[in-house]
Amino acid sequence: MTIQLAEENLEQSIVEINDEYDIVVARSSGKQVAATIGLGIVDQSRIATAVSELARNIVLYAGKGVVSFSQIEEEDDPGIEIIFTDEGPGIQDIEQAMQDGYTSGGGLGLGLPGTRRLMDEFEIESEVGKGTTIKIRKWRR
Amino acid sequence: MTVQEQIPILKIEGFLITSIQVSLHDKLALAFQDSVLHKIEQTNAKGLIIDITAVDTVDSFITRILSETATMARMMGAKTVLVGLQPEIAITLTEFGMDLKGIHTTLDLEKGLALLRKETTEE
Repeated sequence: MTIQLAEENLEQSIVEINDEYDIVVARSSGKQVAATIGLGIVDQSRIATAVSELARNIVLYAGKGVVSFSQIEEEDDPGIEIIFTDEGPGIQDIEQAMQDGYTSGGGLGLGLPGTRRLMDEFEIESEVGKGTTIKIRKWRR
Repeated sequence: MTVQEQIPILKIEGFLITSIQVSLHDKLALAFQDSVLHKIEQTNAKGLIIDITAVDTVDSFITRILSETATMARMMGAKTVLVGLQPEIAITLTEFGMDLKGIHTTLDLEKGLALLRKETTEE
């Protein structure tokens, strides 16, 4: 399944994450893009929470990173793709991190399984010592 | 701005009411908890109502802050009730798997007060 990025309406915005205040900025951007493509308030809430979780992980574990928001399209269905990138310590055992109940931060863990449940698509790549990239997508159906 | 200026805590009928209308960043969250517990001690409050009508996103951080606050309040003899939980947030929290343990939630302030009155007179 390929995702077509329609060049004419490729909208992308980027939020740099350097501290916890940027988490709020990222959340707002996420909600804004979600509203633009016509996602309802429940989906907007899901996206805001997902962004909050993953952006907070960047602050907590990597110190800084980048969140990018893109409008995407597949067979005339609009969607939002959000990519979280950091050059932090990386996740040693991704499988373990994707299980409920696993925690290394002394809290509710990385919130990865929960975030995955909120989204339609969830991809994660991570290398210890190099960093982590997480892509999430939500479609308007 | 002090935490009291950002998040005022009011007293009513032996309970405390506070409304979160600003982003609870780390330091502010801790100051808020501190402020709440001191107020419970000062006033001997038996109940605490936290209004989150203005909170538009709930993530694991704020869930933890609210749960912790309720636990600490309980240790000091006060029950915590959350009011103003937006339906879309209730859905999101449930799907995510976040658990507002030990906190009663009611639809609105009136029901929250009614619940506290009932629970604290039954003791």
